[in-house]
Amino acid sequence: MSLFQAFIEALESLNSNKLRSGLTILGIVIGVAAVIAMLAIGRGAQDSITGAISGIGTNLLFVFSGNEQANLRNIRPLTIQDAEAIGDPFLAPHVAAVAPFIQSGNVIVAAGGEQTRTSLGGVTPTYFQVRNFRVAEGEEINQEHLLGRASVALLGVEVAEKLFGRREGLVGETIRIEGQPFRVIGVMEEKGGSSFGSQDDVVLIPMTTARTRIIRRSTINRVDLILVQAVSARDVPQAAEEVAAILRERHRTEVGADDFTILSQQDFLQTVDTILGVFTTFLGGIAAISLLVGGIGIMNIMLVSVSERTREIGLRKALGARKRDILIQFLTESSLLSLIGGLIGILLGWLIAYIVGQVAAATGNAFTPAVGLDAILLATITSTVIGLFFGIYPANRAANLEPVEALRYE
Amino acid sequence: MAEPVVIAENLTKVYKMGEVEVHALRGLSLQIFKGEVVSIMGPSGSGKSTLMNILGCLDHPTSGRYILDGEEVSHLRDDQLAEIRNRKVGFIFQSFNLLGRQTALANVELPLRYAGITSGRKERARQSLIAVGLENRLYHKPTELSGGQQQRVAIARALVNNPAIIMADEPTGNLDSKVGQEIMDLLLSLNRERGTTLIIVTHDPKIAAQTQRVIRIRDGVVDETPVADRASMEAA
Repeated sequence: MSLFQAFIEALESLNSNKLRSGLTILGIVIGVAAVIAMLAIGRGAQDSITGAISGIGTNLLFVFSGNEQANLRNIRPLTIQDAEAIGDPFLAPHVAAVAPFIQSGNVIVAAGGEQTRTSLGGVTPTYFQVRNFRVAEGEEINQEHLLGRASVALLGVEVAEKLFGRREGLVGETIRIEGQPFRVIGVMEEKGGSSFGSQDDVVLIPMTTARTRIIRRSTINRVDLILVQAVSARDVPQAAEEVAAILRERHRTEVGADDFTILSQQDFLQTVDTILGVFTTFLGGIAAISLLVGGIGIMNIMLVSVSERTREIGLRKALGARKRDILIQFLTESSLLSLIGGLIGILLGWLIAYIVGQVAAATGNAFTPAVGLDAILLATITSTVIGLFFGIYPANRAANLEPVEALRYE
Repeated sequence: MAEPVVIAENLTKVYKMGEVEVHALRGLSLQIFKGEVVSIMGPSGSGKSTLMNILGCLDHPTSGRYILDGEEVSHLRDDQLAEIRNRKVGFIFQSFNLLGRQTALANVELPLRYAGITSGRKERARQSLIAVGLENRLYHKPTELSGGQQQRVAIARALVNNPAIIMADEPTGNLDSKVGQEIMDLLLSLNRERGTTLIIVTHDPKIAAQTQRVIRIRDGVVDETPVADRASMEAA
């Protein structure tokens, strides 16, 4: 008997028991749709987060104190002098700009009757170039402010709104940071949220002012982070090498492990990709369990169907059906069940992913779930394989029935 | 005399029911000739069904030889037996055993499908249905047919592959006597016109009386009743 005939007969047989076939298919539909939707949403999240990281600036290196990969004592902190050394164009020709940075994640800022907690950054004028920050009104922190330890502050829009209820016309206002008065010299452009929290919920003041008046560090010259901008994205590896060489010499760690860490944006992307990859796999895995349950449903129904049709199987055998014929008949039925379920599931999964995307867009966290061809292929193949796998046992049972017994079966 | 189409020699069949061995056949021998109409009778438990299963190639004998249409079939594997059934045996059952989802034509076509025949299947199935007088019911499903018509479809299905023997197991058992007689007449006329060898397993002496020879089974062997008795019974 040809496969085409087996296919037609399987369709007829499934059609003759519509409700049962439908419910069995539903099990697979839910499983496949869940897998497709989860993978699509995971992929979409990955795309949007990596996009956000790319937005930070492509040429950027982050230099931290300490090294996660080595067990170190006597870690020397990064200092202003380290930053200045990195800025030396002869030592580090591929470095375009250096911005040392200190921060406090939690300071009280007040103006008028309002007060809020926000994060405070102590910056140098190069910070704005390196981070690609611009002011919406007023001026950036300049060299003069830095040298004069001026009590001036730049506000992120979120802080501005909390303190003043507006984001314009704030230049010249006075705010208090940890009780000390600062003059507002400008408001920064809105940056939008990122995966690292809002970039607008921040107050920036000159680094010298921060170091002496707000943020106390064990050594006065210590900084928390040095941002380094390479000349171009291509020069990032060389720049990293140069920075490392300078810091090794300054920290006297030419031998042994570095007591600092240099992360490029690529490193961040890789880390985030890895994390989200695991996350997506995890979600997909959970969804796959429902696919498995659907497969067990198929097996169950096929077993019922085999015992229900024992006489028919006996008859077919009496008429000359070989084991193989019966096996193919039942395997065709079970794979057809799961294939149909798989196809509907792909459509449904796609729809769910699309709706999630629309909901996300409506709530302002725009990301586009991406249904990949690989996910579709995976779902189709998996569901058919599940149909075959869970069909094998019932089909085998049918094929191995003794014709005499089967014909006598009531 | 015509050549034998069925030669059974010393057939035995032992079933294991748990610990107990049941000897259903105990060295049964018989011959059936081409074109013959034979009935097999016997009380229940006589081994009649077992014999029918072995003659129909549905089951293996435990020992002994069975030659069907010139082929030794007693030691064939399951799939080879399936092929023999397909080519050499036509089955007619008491309860018709038609596939309910399919038309009369598709039901008759089924043995041809398993024979791997791809062309002219429909036409052969149609001819077979015409031969049993159902040319107007080709596309009816079994539920739309009367019992007698259903049995005719089953007969058409048994005929379609031109088998060496037709095994009919109580073919009139589920029919009233009038329709049963029609079916019997049809089977006998097919035998006359086509020379089909017919083996009818039955309880019904009236049916057995219409066959050329009655084989009685008792305790797993052929019951050798005196010829005189047999003649008197055939006359009845």
